[in-house]
Amino acid sequence: MTRFFAWFALIFGCLYFLLPLVGMTEFSLKMRRGEYSFDAYRRVFEDQRFWDTFGYSLALSAATIVVGVLLVVPTAYWVRLKLPQARPFVEFVTLLPLVIPAIVLVFGYIRLYNTSSVLPLTGSAFGTDFLLTMGYTTLALPYMYRSVDTGLRTIDVATLTEAAQSLGAGWITILARIILPNVMVAVLSGAFLTLAIVLGEFTMAALLNRPAFGPFMQLLGANRAYEPPALAVIAFAITWGCMGLMQLVTRLSKHERAKA
Amino acid sequence: MSFLTISHLEKAFGSNLVVKDFNLEVAKGEFISLLGPSGCGKTTVLRMVAGFETPTSGSITIGGQEVTGLKANARNIGMMFQAYALFPNLTVADNVAFGLKVKGVPRAERESRVSEMLNLIGLAEMAGRFPFQLSGGQQQRVALARALAPSPRVLLLDEPLSALDAKVRVSLRNEIREIQQRLGITTIFVTHDQEEAMSISDRIVVMNAGIADQVGSPFEIYNRPTTRFVANFVGTLNTFAVKVEDSAAGKVRLGGALLTLPPGLSAGMGAEMAIALRPEALRLGREPGYETVIKGWIEEVHFMGSIIRLRARVAGELVVMDTFNRADQPPPVPGTEVEISLSGKDAIILNG
Ligand SMILES: Nc1ncnc2c1ncn2[C@@H]1O[C@H](COP(=O)(O)OP(=O)(O)OP(=O)(O)O)[C@@H](O)[C@H]1O
Ligand SMILES: [Mg+2]
Repeated sequence: MTRFFAWFALIFGCLYFLLPLVGMTEFSLKMRRGEYSFDAYRRVFEDQRFWDTFGYSLALSAATIVVGVLLVVPTAYWVRLKLPQARPFVEFVTLLPLVIPAIVLVFGYIRLYNTSSVLPLTGSAFGTDFLLTMGYTTLALPYMYRSVDTGLRTIDVATLTEAAQSLGAGWITILARIILPNVMVAVLSGAFLTLAIVLGEFTMAALLNRPAFGPFMQLLGANRAYEPPALAVIAFAITWGCMGLMQLVTRLSKHERAKA
Repeated sequence: MSFLTISHLEKAFGSNLVVKDFNLEVAKGEFISLLGPSGCGKTTVLRMVAGFETPTSGSITIGGQEVTGLKANARNIGMMFQAYALFPNLTVADNVAFGLKVKGVPRAERESRVSEMLNLIGLAEMAGRFPFQLSGGQQQRVALARALAPSPRVLLLDEPLSALDAKVRVSLRNEIREIQQRLGITTIFVTHDQEEAMSISDRIVVMNAGIADQVGSPFEIYNRPTTRFVANFVGTLNTFAVKVEDSAAGKVRLGGALLTLPPGLSAGMGAEMAIALRPEALRLGREPGYETVIKGWIEEVHFMGSIIRLRARVAGELVVMDTFNRADQPPPVPGTEVEISLSGKDAIILNG
C-alpha cells in the first residue's frame, strides 16, 4: 500500500512539473503553421540583443563568482577556525537574502548611491555594474556559504592549518594552497548555482536599468508569442547544464582524490 | 648546554590553570618524552612550544633565541600530529615539498631534498600517490618526512602513534627514534603510553595535573621515582606496610624480618609507612642473597611469552610478580602456596 502511494506521489510530482514543460516546449516548436520547427529558436538566436544580454549576464556572473569566493571562503574558514561559537549567527546572516526581497535591496542601493549622493555609483555604467555585482553576490550568498561550509566540514581545518603553519606558511598561502583546493568542488557547485541565479535575475537588473538577460526575457515575453517559450526552454537547458556540470565536477574529482 | 629551554611556563584557560610552573632544559639532539595521564597538559605544553597557544607566563628559548612571542610559522619547528594531517589535495612528494616551497627553496634543490626524505622513510616509490592511497603508518611516515624536510630546529610529536595498530606502532616508533638519532634533531614526544616513552626516550618528563613531577632517564624514572604519583603511574607497584626501626640506617620491619632500604628514608623511628617493590624485584621460591621470604598463594598466572606474570595473595593483599619463562620449569598453578623472596635494597620508598 505504501508502495502504491510512493509511486503515485512520484508520478503525480513528475506530471506536475513535466506537463507544463512539455506543453511549453511543444508550443515553442509550433511557430510554423501545421508542422514542428525550430523557427522560434532561430529567431531568438538571430536576435543580437540575446547575445548581448546573455554575454553581459555571463560576465557579471563571473564577477559575482569571484567576489563571492573571495568573500565566502576566507569568512567560512575563519568562522570554522576561530569563531565556531559565531557560526549560527553567521549562518543566519547569510540566510537573510532569502528573506529580504531583492527589490528592497535594490531600492536601498538606489537611495544610498544615487547621483546626488556622496558615492554616486549609479551615475556611471561601471559603477552600476559594480552595484549589480554586489547585489548578485548578496543573492547568491546563502548558496555559496552553505556549499563552502559543507566543503570545509569534510576536512580537518584546524589541524591542516596548524600543520601548514608549522611548515612556515602564512594565511594567504594556507588559504590558496590548502583550503581553497580542498573545497574546490564545493566552490564550483556554489559557482554554478550563482551562475544560474544571475542568468535568471530580473528585479535588480531592471531597476538598475542594465542590459541583462533577465530583463531581456521579460521584454521578449511581453511582446512575442512563440519566442518566449523558446527562450524559457533555452534558460532551462542552461540551468540544467549547470547542474550537470556540478555533478560532473563532483564525480571527476572523486576519482582524483578522496578526502582523507 | 641546553638548546631548548622552557622556564616557568604557565597556561590558563579562563580560570583553569592547566600548566603550572613547567621547567625543562633539553640538550641538542636529545629525545624527550612528555608522559602523563589524559588531560595533564602534555599537548598544551607542546602547543606552546610550537606557537599554537600563547603562554600565560614564562618563556621558551630555542638555541638562545627567545621564541615566546614568535608566530608559529616563524619558529622553524617541525610538528607531527596524531591525525597525520597530510594535505589531501597534494601528492606525497608535494606534501613533503610544502615547507621547502614556502621557504622559497629553488626547484632543483627542493626535488633532491624531497627524494632524500622519501628515501629516509622508505617510501620513494609512493611519491606520486595521494594521502588517501596510503595506509595509516605510511601516512604518518610521510608526515614525518614533511616535518623534517625544511630542517627544523626542533621536532614535536603529539601522540603520533596512537591511531595506528600495535605492530605498526612499535616498528614506527623505532623508525622515528632511528631517524631522530641519525639526524641528531632535538625532539619532544608526547605520549600517554609509558612503554613507548621508556623504550625510545633519552629522558622522560612525567606530568601530573600540569606539573612536571619528575624528569629523568627511563631507568631513573622507573627505578627511583621521586613522587608517589610517578611511582604509581610508571610500571606496576606492590606496596607493603612497614614499620621504621632505625631511620638513620634505613632499617624497617616487614612482618618478622628486618629490611635495609636504599638511602632516602625520611620517616622517623616507629613510624608506619609503605614501601613499594616492582614485580621483577619479587622472586619466586627461596633464593639465596635475599633478605626475607614471605608466603603467598598464587591466584592468577598470565603466560606472556618470555615473561610470566603471576598474581599472588600475600597477607590479604594481591601482589604482582614477573618471572622469566624457563622451558624446564613450568609456572605454578593457581591455588598453590609459594615462597616469595625480596630485599629492602630493591624497594622504592614512598614518602608521604
Ligand atoms: N582550548 C582550550 N580551552 C579550554 N581548555 C582547554 C583547551 N585546551 C585544553 N584544555 C584543557 O587543558 C587541560 C590539558 O589539556 P591537554 O590537551 O594539554 O591534555 P593532554 O595531556 O594532552 O591530554 P591527552 O592525553 O588526553 O591528549 C585539559 O583539562 C583540557 O580540558
Ligand atoms: Mg594531548
